Amino acid sequence: MIPLQAIAETGTTPGGALLVLGIVMPAVALVALIGLGGRAARMIVAAALLFQLYVAVRVALLVAGSATPLAYVVGGFQPPLGITLRADGVSALMMVVSAVIFLGAASFAWKDFAQARGQPEARLSLIFWSALLAMASALNLLFTSTDLFNLYVGLELLTFAAIPVVAIKGGAETLRAALRYLLFAVFGSMLYLFGIVLIYGAYGTLAISAIAAQVQPNAATLAAAGFVTVGLLAKTALFPFHLWLPPAHAGAPAAGSAVLSALVVKGSLFLLMRLWFDTFPSLREPADMQLLAFLGALAVIIGSVTALRQPRLKLLVAYSTVAQIGYMFFVFTLVPKTAGDIVASAAWTGAWLQVVAHAFAKAGMFLAAGLVAEVLGHDRIRDLGGLSARAPLVVLTFAISGLSLMGLPPSGGFSAKFMLLAAALAEGHWVWATVIIAGGVLAGAYVFAVLARMMAAPTKAAELASIGRTRQLIALGLASVSVLMGLMPLHPIAFFEIGRFP
Amino acid sequence: MSAVLLFWLAGSGLIGLAVYGLIVNPHPLCKLLALNLLGSGVFLLFGVIARRGAAAGLGGDPVPQALVITGIVVAFSATAIAVALLLALHAEAGEASLDQEDEEP
Repeated sequence: MIPLQAIAETGTTPGGALLVLGIVMPAVALVALIGLGGRAARMIVAAALLFQLYVAVRVALLVAGSATPLAYVVGGFQPPLGITLRADGVSALMMVVSAVIFLGAASFAWKDFAQARGQPEARLSLIFWSALLAMASALNLLFTSTDLFNLYVGLELLTFAAIPVVAIKGGAETLRAALRYLLFAVFGSMLYLFGIVLIYGAYGTLAISAIAAQVQPNAATLAAAGFVTVGLLAKTALFPFHLWLPPAHAGAPAAGSAVLSALVVKGSLFLLMRLWFDTFPSLREPADMQLLAFLGALAVIIGSVTALRQPRLKLLVAYSTVAQIGYMFFVFTLVPKTAGDIVASAAWTGAWLQVVAHAFAKAGMFLAAGLVAEVLGHDRIRDLGGLSARAPLVVLTFAISGLSLMGLPPSGGFSAKFMLLAAALAEGHWVWATVIIAGGVLAGAYVFAVLARMMAAPTKAAELASIGRTRQLIALGLASVSVLMGLMPLHPIAFFEIGRFP
Repeated sequence: MSAVLLFWLAGSGLIGLAVYGLIVNPHPLCKLLALNLLGSGVFLLFGVIARRGAAAGLGGDPVPQALVITGIVVAFSATAIAVALLLALHAEAGEASLDQEDEEP
C-alpha cells in the first residue's frame, strides 16, 4: 500500500540497545521473581530498579549529548512490519522520572511488603513486587515504542499491572474501585483498538512515522483519531471519565497510590501526546483542540472543588490528581499546528514540567498521606489535629508538595503553570489563563485546609503509632525534587524538543 | 450487498449494541458482557480490514489477523481479571454491585 522508500526510518543508533534493556530487564526480573519466590523478591526488585535508573540516565545522557533521538530496529526488521523503539527528549525525560519514582516507592514499601523470616510466604508481597516490575517494563515500552499496536500492548500491560495494586488491600470498597477501574480501562482500550483498525484500513501501516508522512484529513482518519482519543481519555481519567480514579488511587497502599498517580495515568497521556503531536500533527484543528482544553479546564475546576469537599485525606489527594491532569491538556491548544516560535516552545516545556512536577509532588503527597494514616490510624481530615507536633516531617512533606500543586514559587509546579499561563496570554487565550489561575487558588484552598487541620490542637487524645524516619525522608525527598525543579531558569528547555517529529 | 459490507455492518451493529448495553446496565457482569460484545465487534472489523486489504489470490492480509489474536488474548485476560474481582467482591460483600455504600462518618 505504501512504497517502502517512503518510510523514512533511521536505523539503529549507537546505544539504541539500551531501549530494549529498559523494557526487557524488568520483565526478566519478573520471571526471576516468580521462579525464585517471595523471599528473594525485594533484592531482585532493588537490583532491577537500580539497573532501570542506570539505563534511563544513560539514555538521557546519550540523547542530550548527540541532540538526536536514540533508535533501535527490533530484530533488524524495518517498519512497517517491524517495530522501531525510539527515545526522543521527552521519552528520555519520562524514563528517568519513572525510574526515580519507582525506586522511591519501592524503598518506601520495603518494610510493608517484607517476607517475614520463618513464616510461610505471603502472596501479597509477591503480587506487589511483580506488579511494580510489570509497570516499570510497560511504562518504558509506552515511552519508547513508535508503533500504534505495540503501544496498545504497552497500555494493556500497564493496566493489568495496575489493577492488582489497587485491589491488593482487599475489602469490598477497594475491590469495587478496582473493578470500576478495569471496566473503564477495557472500554478505553476497545475504543483505542477500534480507532487502530480504522487507521490500518486507511493507511496500511501502524508505524507512527509512516502514518504521519501520508495522513489525510478524511472522514475515516478523523473518526479513528476521535475513537483513539476518547479511549485514551477514559484511561487518563480526564473529566468526564474521572469517576474511577479517586477510589482506585485512594484504595491502594501508599507506595502503590504514589506510582499510580505519579506515573500510570501519565502513560496514556504520553500516548495521547504521541498521537496528536507525532502521528496526526496536521489534524490538530484549533476547534477540536479547544475541546480537549475545555475538558481539561473542567477537570481543573471540578476536580479541585470536589477535592475541597472530601472528608478523607487520600481521597482529597486523589481528586487533586484529577485537577492536575487537567492542566496538561492545555498543551493541545497552546502549541499551534504551525509550531516553531518561542510561545509554542514555552507551552510545550510548561506541559512537560507540569507532568514531571506533578509526578514528584503527588508521589511525595501520597506517601505523606499514607504515613498520616499510619500515625493516626485513620485519615479523616477533621481529626488531623496535633499531627504537626508528632510528625513534623510528614507535615513538611505535605506542605512542600502542596507548594508545587498550587503553583507557588519556587517549585516545578510554579515554573510549569507560569509557562502555560504566559503562552496562554501571549496567544490571547484568556479563558485558559483564568482557569490556570483559578485552579491555583482552589489548590491553595484544599492544601491550606488540610495544613490548618494538621497544625491545630489535637481534637481527641488518640493512641499514636510511631513511624520510621527512613520512610519520612523518602517522601520528603520525592517532594523536594518538585521544589528544586523551581530553581531552573524560566525558559523553554531545548532537551524536551529533541527528536520531535516535525 | 458484498460480504465485506455485510460484515462491516454486523461489526458496527455489535459495537453500537455493546455501547448501549454498557451505558444502561448497572450490573458489573452485564457491563463485562457488553465489553466482550464490543470486543467481538471490533475484532470482526479487523477481519473485514484484512479481507479488504488482501492481495490478489490471498484470503486476507495477515497483519490484522495477527493483531486480532493479540487483541483477543488481551480481552480474555481482562475478562478473567474482572471475573476474579467480581467473585472476590461477591465473597466479601455478599453481592456484586458497583453501588457505593454510604461512607462511614
